[in-house]
Amino acid sequence: MQYSEIALEHFKNPRNVGKIENPDGIGEVGNPICGDMMTITIKVKDEKIDDIKFNTFGCGAAIAVSSMVTEMAKGKKLEEAMKITNEAVAESLGGLPKNKLHCSNLGADALHKAIMDYYARKEGKAHIHEPVEYIGEREGKCYCPYCDTEMPEQTPVCKKCGKPVVEH
Amino acid sequence: MKITYLDNISATPLHPQVKEAIVKYIEKDGFGNPLSQHRVGDGAMETLEDARTKVAQLIKANPQEIIFSSGGTESTNHAIKGVAFAKAKKGKHIITSNIEHQSVARPLRVLMRMGYEVTSVGVDQHGVIDPEEVKKAIRDDTILVSIMHANNEIGTIEPIAEIGKIVKARNITFHSDAVASCGNIPTDVDVLGVDLLSIAANQFYGPSGIGALYIRPKTQIFPLIDGGTQEGGRRAGTPNMLGIVGMGKAAELARIEMPQRTEHLLKLRKALIERLKTIDEIYINGHPEKCLPGFLSFSVAYVEGESMTMMLDEEGIAVSTRSACASGSLRASHVLIATGSDYALAQGTLLFSFGIDNTFEDMDKAVDSLRKSVEFLRNMSPLYKKK
Repeated sequence: MQYSEIALEHFKNPRNVGKIENPDGIGEVGNPICGDMMTITIKVKDEKIDDIKFNTFGCGAAIAVSSMVTEMAKGKKLEEAMKITNEAVAESLGGLPKNKLHCSNLGADALHKAIMDYYARKEGKAHIHEPVEYIGEREGKCYCPYCDTEMPEQTPVCKKCGKPVVEH
Repeated sequence: MKITYLDNISATPLHPQVKEAIVKYIEKDGFGNPLSQHRVGDGAMETLEDARTKVAQLIKANPQEIIFSSGGTESTNHAIKGVAFAKAKKGKHIITSNIEHQSVARPLRVLMRMGYEVTSVGVDQHGVIDPEEVKKAIRDDTILVSIMHANNEIGTIEPIAEIGKIVKARNITFHSDAVASCGNIPTDVDVLGVDLLSIAANQFYGPSGIGALYIRPKTQIFPLIDGGTQEGGRRAGTPNMLGIVGMGKAAELARIEMPQRTEHLLKLRKALIERLKTIDEIYINGHPEKCLPGFLSFSVAYVEGESMTMMLDEEGIAVSTRSACASGSLRASHVLIATGSDYALAQGTLLFSFGIDNTFEDMDKAVDSLRKSVEFLRNMSPLYKKK
């Protein structure tokens, strides 16, 4: 098994699973085509994250990342939570296997999107999140499993590191 | 924890009699080089040829048509590159399918970079190749057709004999990757009409790191590994005698025990399908009848495969999402996509491949653990709407 003890523990006992009813912000990232999708809902009080929950479709790393990022953000001031980076999430999990690093991007992205959504709503703007369809018609982002560079769906080899990424 | 092993496609456990044969060989002499000109070498040569005969009998070939290799991947590489290089002056067009194992697909991709042209034929929703499609793809400069005997991700058995007739009529070399099938279903090189057949011992209770390539006489093929005169000059290097002894014994057992094994595995398969029906929205992949006996691929809606294998591993159930060779990839299986499966559904695919040691209790245990895992993960999934 390639996961750290901490990551495994978060996978087996994920914190903050669920969906907040009437949330103050929603962040939705990823899509099932690439194998990962994450939704984070937040409740804000005094410009702090009062409550946070996640729903994730994805691999073990994606679930561990979701659990960890919600733990890290809980109780934090919004501006501090905005500073939580992908690297920090991966580090708190005791590292992630190289081909799973992109999962940590999703975690921080979903959190930041939820906070941005909160700000947008506060200013009276429409929700910035668009619901993702189950049958993934939408062209989603995929990342090279080796060097974590974003790449188009049909590339046989990664443009950055040159490793083959499609099985056929 | 007692492990319920349902990942035989990654490697089968060693049969006790195979283990015994290897140990016996080690205790007897265990080091002789079959090419040596003395009696230690002669002893090893006798053992080597005995194993070769047993492997030949498994696929109804002559012993001299068999060469040993380091496994399925070397055999497929040898077949593909060996023919491509030997027949380069004749033509540079190769036909394959879009559900082949990486050990066929990748060498072909390398050849494409070298100027060869490759046509990939598609499959239907069960993963079956239409022989007519192969026929249509044949050109005057086609030198090789390489189609797998049975698919290693969904277990579908391909109509190799029919394709063989078409290919033979056009005088084209025909290779079949029979790694997943050989030793598990009847494999007769003349019935299949193949010129080349790749097989591996770790798919029928022999050791890993040993395989064989069947080469029909007069097939134009270069060696992949050059050097000494071993294997009739077709594969250089001192033979892996421990592996060969194990493969010989495993081949013998597979040939003799195949009917009983198949009966047991098909019963287990039926039982597994029945039990899986107790979980909502599980879709079985592959062909309902033309399938490997100890094999079931299915997709679970709303959850992802790797997280399921991790949860099952916690419960002592060893399964995979697809073949071990591709498990590092995050993409949805190219095989399932080729059958027209939805991308998201393909991500939730599990592969249960069981063997002669598995029992009905194993199926109960596996499905109970799966039910728990699926419930846990669906509860967490943004795609799942409770009914």
